[in-house]
Amino acid sequence: MATTLWIGTRKGAFALRPAAGHRRWRISGPQFLGHIIHHIVQDPRDPRVLLMAAKTGHLGPTVFRSSDRGRTWHEAAAPPAFRKTADGETPRAVAKVFWLTPGHASQHGSWYAGTSPAGLFRSEDGGNRWQPVAGFNDHPMNARWAPGLATPDGEILHSILVDPRDALHLYLAISIGGVFESTDGGRDWAPLNEGCAADFLPDPTVPFGHDPHCVVLHPGNPDRLYQQNHCGIYRLDRPARRWQRVGAAMPKRIGDIGFPIVLHPADPDTAWVLPMDGTKVWPRTSIDGRPAVYVTRNAGRTWRRLDRGLPAKQAWLTVLRQAMCVAARPDPALYFGTTAGEVWSGRNGGASWQRIAGHLPEIYSVTCAT
Amino acid sequence: MNCTVRVASPLRSYTGGAQAVQAQGATVAELLADLERRHPGMRFRMIDEQGRIRPHIRLFAGSREIRDLSERMDGERVLHLICALSGG
Repeated sequence: MATTLWIGTRKGAFALRPAAGHRRWRISGPQFLGHIIHHIVQDPRDPRVLLMAAKTGHLGPTVFRSSDRGRTWHEAAAPPAFRKTADGETPRAVAKVFWLTPGHASQHGSWYAGTSPAGLFRSEDGGNRWQPVAGFNDHPMNARWAPGLATPDGEILHSILVDPRDALHLYLAISIGGVFESTDGGRDWAPLNEGCAADFLPDPTVPFGHDPHCVVLHPGNPDRLYQQNHCGIYRLDRPARRWQRVGAAMPKRIGDIGFPIVLHPADPDTAWVLPMDGTKVWPRTSIDGRPAVYVTRNAGRTWRRLDRGLPAKQAWLTVLRQAMCVAARPDPALYFGTTAGEVWSGRNGGASWQRIAGHLPEIYSVTCAT
Repeated sequence: MNCTVRVASPLRSYTGGAQAVQAQGATVAELLADLERRHPGMRFRMIDEQGRIRPHIRLFAGSREIRDLSERMDGERVLHLICALSGG
């Protein structure tokens, strides 16, 4: 079945589907016009199922679920929510559901959600009812790991990763807070940030307090992780605990700052990033107004620029952490969406780029579905 | 006490499009609980898990703004659910 791109925007959800052998794309939607859509994720265990993280400017956060590939949606009966706070505790309330991750292949119907402020939630019934993961949300160190150091859009928990070999082995990331690992299904957690820079802190060698923008795990080699951090691009090969700054091999005039990082579906040595300007006041736009994707095919030892078809000048794109994805077919193809409402397709692993949609609202996420 | 609840447009997906619905309760909390029974999911979009009115929601008993859900309707027969948001 052909790829469908699900586009989550500040004003609703859209779908792009290829036509004429991927030479054209048909857009459908908006669905939930006016809703803020942070993530739309397909369930690989049942591809008919999609979950959508949503809220509106007025109303509180929720999750919608589709069991017919996005034709119809039903709201969760119990959206992610922190437990009722006891006297003397600082009250926490979910402001937005930011991230959705399907659970382990052996746990049909299980899902994880990450929220702002940083919270981890789990559903056992396909996203209809959500419960807080107390092992993280009420961990004795939680107040220090997730102290509310907000990014411009608030403190967010994202990049929830499930080891395909072991349902109990989980990772998550907090902006700002760092990367954390659990080996017991989320009952206990430990920081996993050694080697990562935290240039914005007085002590850059702290065990947590980092700003991972996006963390990915290779499905075919789950010991291989990559991270696009606020302070560089990193690789980690488990069981090692020290991240290696592979972004140091990027051209110095480009640097290694950005939000998304995506992996080749079959090759754990191949990763793509979309560098953004992290100098001075952090414009977070294409460097020099000339957007480019960079690829490594050797696990970060070298990087190659991919900009054929992208604007050559005066293009100040910003691409957020959930707004880039890769589809195994065709060849593989890369896709990214910009905060200015454009969607770009990079055929042949990003060798050639084409704008496939424009004039959309601010894009928060681009995800591939079948 | 039976009250009329006037529903702002962003919440009407929960009321089948109705601009006004009926609910029972002496306090705002009781009214919202009854509203939730009749229109599941509606309360959480207005009230967070700590029982606080969300930042862009305003509740009025008649013309009196409600600050605390424990407030009584005090004879008012209409609860207004208002969505207040500015910006683009």
